[in-house]
Amino acid sequence: MKLSRLEYARPASVAEAIELLQGTEGAKIIAGGQSLMPVLAFRLAAPPLLVDIGRLEDLRGTEITPVGTRLGARVRWCEIERDAALRRAQPLLAAMTDHVAHYQVRNRGTVGGSLAHADPAAEMPGVAVACDAIMHVAGPAGIRDVKSEDFFEGPLQTVLAEDELLVGLTLPPWPPGRRWAFEEFALRRGDFALAGVAVHYGRDAEGRAHGVRVGAIGAGETPLRLHAVEAELEGRKIGEALISSAAKLAAASVDPMNDLHADAEYRRALVATLFERVMLRAEHRQEEGENGPAVHP
Amino acid sequence: MALQFTLNGKTVEFSGEARTTLADCLRHHLGQTGTHVGCEHGVCGACTVIVDGEAVRSCLMLAVQAEGSHVTTVEGLSEGEDLSPLQAAFRKHHALQCGFCTPGILTTAHALLTHEPDADEERIRHVLSGNICRCTGYLPIIEAILDARAAYADGRRGKPA
Repeated sequence: MKLSRLEYARPASVAEAIELLQGTEGAKIIAGGQSLMPVLAFRLAAPPLLVDIGRLEDLRGTEITPVGTRLGARVRWCEIERDAALRRAQPLLAAMTDHVAHYQVRNRGTVGGSLAHADPAAEMPGVAVACDAIMHVAGPAGIRDVKSEDFFEGPLQTVLAEDELLVGLTLPPWPPGRRWAFEEFALRRGDFALAGVAVHYGRDAEGRAHGVRVGAIGAGETPLRLHAVEAELEGRKIGEALISSAAKLAAASVDPMNDLHADAEYRRALVATLFERVMLRAEHRQEEGENGPAVHP
Repeated sequence: MALQFTLNGKTVEFSGEARTTLADCLRHHLGQTGTHVGCEHGVCGACTVIVDGEAVRSCLMLAVQAEGSHVTTVEGLSEGEDLSPLQAAFRKHHALQCGFCTPGILTTAHALLTHEPDADEERIRHVLSGNICRCTGYLPIIEAILDARAAYADGRRGKPA
């Protein structure tokens, strides 16, 4: 339906955006608007003021350094798709965000918008949690950094205060030779996933996994780190029996929701299946000579 | 709220409420009814227009966010009464029936082939996943877009976006 009546402001700086948020109770940040506009169209929210950060240049761009990869909040999915250096530097980010939404939405949707919207089935919050990202949050007192696992509080809920906005995030450097894979299941490519699982780990000379990270989306109230599964795999050689027992543990570690598209039991079984698939893909990655996802034109 | 943007090569002015979406601005304020509004929440793709060269859903954008931009709608895809090569390919391949989704599919395909004139069938299918058509079964649409590629590759693509 049509949106509720609202005011609109386009600040010239992050500081001005924060002043606007402070000045109007219930004001919301908009950038690409690809998550917020549907919320407004369903009248699930009726903010009195939209603060449009969609033209703030200092929220754009990516920076790849030895200490990590910094993404501005306004980086769009279509930009990640075309950025060969970024895709090499952060292959899991590239693979996961390839599944975000459809062509037209990818031209406007932003990294920061997806994180701040915090849909538990969305890929970008899953990337942040699976990769131990640090979120950079601007508020009246300056910038504070928040660990990704502390950032998400529930479905569509984050630690962002009314007068704060997300300005970017930093992903830790991706060590060479890391084993990784991501799989999700959606009814159509580009739709929200019913569930998705990401895994990455290093492997020592004896073939033992270390630094294991297992993340799941669409499997709880927030994007999840499956700590019990990580502990199960840590320091061990990955084989079929271990993958099979860890898959059962993965299914037991998640807390999926029932909805129109799938019930919780189905999603739980899906997490186990997807976990087995990502482990097999990660194990065979080097043999396949698969270094990273392809770059689209 | 008063602002200007360029619509199909001409400067236009909009004066209205901030909550007006670009889709409603085009249809109700500027009389350009070629852009269709289906779901009004970013799922169906019928309202797709081209903003600064990129296909976007005009129901998921406020008119005020288009201030100063170049917007192309289905009305701007061809010169006068002549069909553009893409539109002619849709006619040739029977790529439309009721026509409701067609403006959004034409603008999407025009943006795609402008950037990627060599898009293969898989890429075209992938991109079209953002547009819902309930008549054709999509196959004639894919054939039409594949057929139109040659015109984009050699610069006969019709009026530029």
